[in-house]
Amino acid sequence: MSEQIRLKKGLDIPVAGAASQTIAKTVSADIVAIKPTDFRALVPKMVVKEGDRVLAGDPLFVDKNRPQVCFCSPVSGTVDAVVRGDKRKLLEVRVKADGKMEYRRKKAAVPASMTKEKTAARMLDMGLWPMVIQRPYGIIANPDDSPKSIFISAMDTAPLAPDYDFVLQNRFDDVQTGIDVLSKFTKGGVHFSMNYYTCPSSEFKKLRGVIFHEFEGKHPAGNVGVQINHLSPINKGEIVWTVDLLSVAMIGKAFNDGIYDATRLVAVTGPAAKNPAYVNAIQGAPMSAFADFFDSSENVRLVSGDILTGENVGPEGFLGFFDNQVTILKEGDYYETFGWCKPFRTKKFSFSHTYWSWLAGRKKYDMDTNTNGGARPFVVSDVYGKVLPMDIYPVYLAKACLAKDIEKMENLGIYEVLPEDLALCEFVCPSKVGIQQIISDGIDLMLKEMA
Amino acid sequence: MGLRKTFDKWEPAFRKGGKLHAFGSFFEAFETFVYVPKTVTAKGAHVRDSIDLKRTMSAVMLALMPAILFGMYNIGYQTSLAGEFDWGFWKMVWYGFLKLLPMYLVSYIVGLFFECLFANIRNEEVSEGYFVTGLIIPLIMPVNVPLWMLALAVAFAVVIGKEVFGGTGMNIWNPALLARAFLFFAYPRQMTGDDVWVAGVDGFSGATPLSQMAASGSVDYSVADMFFGFIPGAVGETSTLAILIGAVILLWTGVASWKIMLSCVAGGLLVGLLGDVPCYYQLIMGGFAFGCVFMATDPVTSAQTEVGKWIYGFLIGAFAVCLRLFNPGYPEGMMLAILVMNTFAPLIDHMVVSGNIRKRLKRAQTV
Repeated sequence: MSEQIRLKKGLDIPVAGAASQTIAKTVSADIVAIKPTDFRALVPKMVVKEGDRVLAGDPLFVDKNRPQVCFCSPVSGTVDAVVRGDKRKLLEVRVKADGKMEYRRKKAAVPASMTKEKTAARMLDMGLWPMVIQRPYGIIANPDDSPKSIFISAMDTAPLAPDYDFVLQNRFDDVQTGIDVLSKFTKGGVHFSMNYYTCPSSEFKKLRGVIFHEFEGKHPAGNVGVQINHLSPINKGEIVWTVDLLSVAMIGKAFNDGIYDATRLVAVTGPAAKNPAYVNAIQGAPMSAFADFFDSSENVRLVSGDILTGENVGPEGFLGFFDNQVTILKEGDYYETFGWCKPFRTKKFSFSHTYWSWLAGRKKYDMDTNTNGGARPFVVSDVYGKVLPMDIYPVYLAKACLAKDIEKMENLGIYEVLPEDLALCEFVCPSKVGIQQIISDGIDLMLKEMA
Repeated sequence: MGLRKTFDKWEPAFRKGGKLHAFGSFFEAFETFVYVPKTVTAKGAHVRDSIDLKRTMSAVMLALMPAILFGMYNIGYQTSLAGEFDWGFWKMVWYGFLKLLPMYLVSYIVGLFFECLFANIRNEEVSEGYFVTGLIIPLIMPVNVPLWMLALAVAFAVVIGKEVFGGTGMNIWNPALLARAFLFFAYPRQMTGDDVWVAGVDGFSGATPLSQMAASGSVDYSVADMFFGFIPGAVGETSTLAILIGAVILLWTGVASWKIMLSCVAGGLLVGLLGDVPCYYQLIMGGFAFGCVFMATDPVTSAQTEVGKWIYGFLIGAFAVCLRLFNPGYPEGMMLAILVMNTFAPLIDHMVVSGNIRKRLKRAQTV
């Protein structure tokens, strides 16, 4: 039997531009990029040079501290550019696709008949290991650890998030194999959290070898961190792993068919997206591939991921390693005369009741990137708690992070959160405090001090 | 959009290195007052809620309006009553307006001057907090307070009460109450007694319900007069009805905590049972209602945790009525009760947060 957990706190931001459940087209990815910056605290080391020829599934770079963890090319082609930033920090490795999509092929393997070591070796070899994320900290897991348990969320509540049942249609076998693979690594079981409302009709309800949980609630109820907090909160010294469902399917495919198949259905969403829908694309696809979906004469922001946690990659940028969503927003760089004191402003959404939007029902809003006010110190006290369904005091945790007080951060629950879990706090904050960055810096500090 | 062009033209002069850089904060404050700025999100969440501190503070200012309007009327009404002038309604309002206007001018000019000065020194944006503080300060003063005293109190509240701690959001005590406390202790003659509450009639002694209770143990005013506010008292505190309208606005917009208001009333009523007058008298006399709705709920100086808010509010109500009933020195206790609980709010929060920490540590041990 599965356990049902109802979360009352949270907010589904009513932003316009949900993708209709149709596949609009297949975008051709001319150049794709893999970004080491998608991984926290990763020090990458290149293993190819510009001009080298690679197959889909050939390593491009490895983790300098653990060279067995490699990151693979999603396409076959030639290494086009190695983009570096300040202090020669590796930002992107771009591969020019040859259009033939030749895979580096391995034999199919059945995880049931493999040992843990062999399973790990195959995952490492095929570039699947970076998909396994460790909590605390949200870093790539250590293959030698045995985590307390492994958590998978099949419920994405982020704004305009793609529907897992749609993007993983006909991938049931891959997901099942992926779960079989992951269950090798833990004695605590693979926990699989689903949406209470949609799970009866979901194919994934038939999965074997998982512990089902059902969650009901608004965002961030779908965040795996929030779910862990309710199922089995992380204590100091404990390690759990999380894998997103898309990656589970990729891992499964790599065992079933022996290839690193990074193609995926990507949801093109957002208030500035024309005819938002799904497209066939690939990991690291360039934003130029989505040019049909927005008016390039307008000043728009292209976000890889969702509006709360995604990255502003710009029209020249690329889809992130884990992302299967592009959000297109108008930049809010305009002045509004006496905007703050207009009594109605019905086109603006607010979680607070100082506007009328809380009476407007299911209305969707054409949101843009204006901050809607200047940054201020913490003043209003009870807003964060209303959107954070975790047993944590977010303001106190943030203040401990700002004060760089390691002991306080530990005591107040830094091990249990990632910035994404507090993203809604940042959205609703009247003082416009950048709480995700504060938590992120706090985690970096912990990593440095605890190493 | 002519004004916008003017702003754009002058903007470089106020930037760092510009001729008028010293006045950058003034410029910025005025510009963002007129226009919502065009800043876009740089890091973190790409969209943000439409609420900001300006909107939050506007809600509070709106909620204060009934108390201000009634206060104006009541200034005139009390004077007319004391001098037996038989004024009409508009005459009373006009008289009150003329009394209140200079108080507001002093409050805002002095207060905003120091706010901008410190924002400039710190190179920060001018925070909106003072708009509310400046609106409250005259409301909790006796109408006869000399303007130079008001100016002094405002300067004390802003500089010592707020800016030395780091400005809006960092202060320990409610600045408006600090202004009143400053005058209360520095110039007690002009702040208390029976002849400070009514303007314009020399030597007239208008006892407030609280001073009657302190002197004789009973109150001569009717419940209706006290509830509607036709009694002597500080400018904005007399009408419980006007304050309740404000409370509805604050609770509707969610700007003030209902937990604090409710527990404060509960605390006041409970201790009020010990007094000679009916316990609900405590809610409609003096500054209880005003303090409970507008000052105990100040998010910066109140308890920040939800559990803490219950404790904090309850103790304010209880202490305020305790002081009224058992302290012969001060007829009114709301101001001191709130200031004391402001002081202890961080301690209450510390205890609540420590509970969370203990729970986390215990969980780690039992596994």
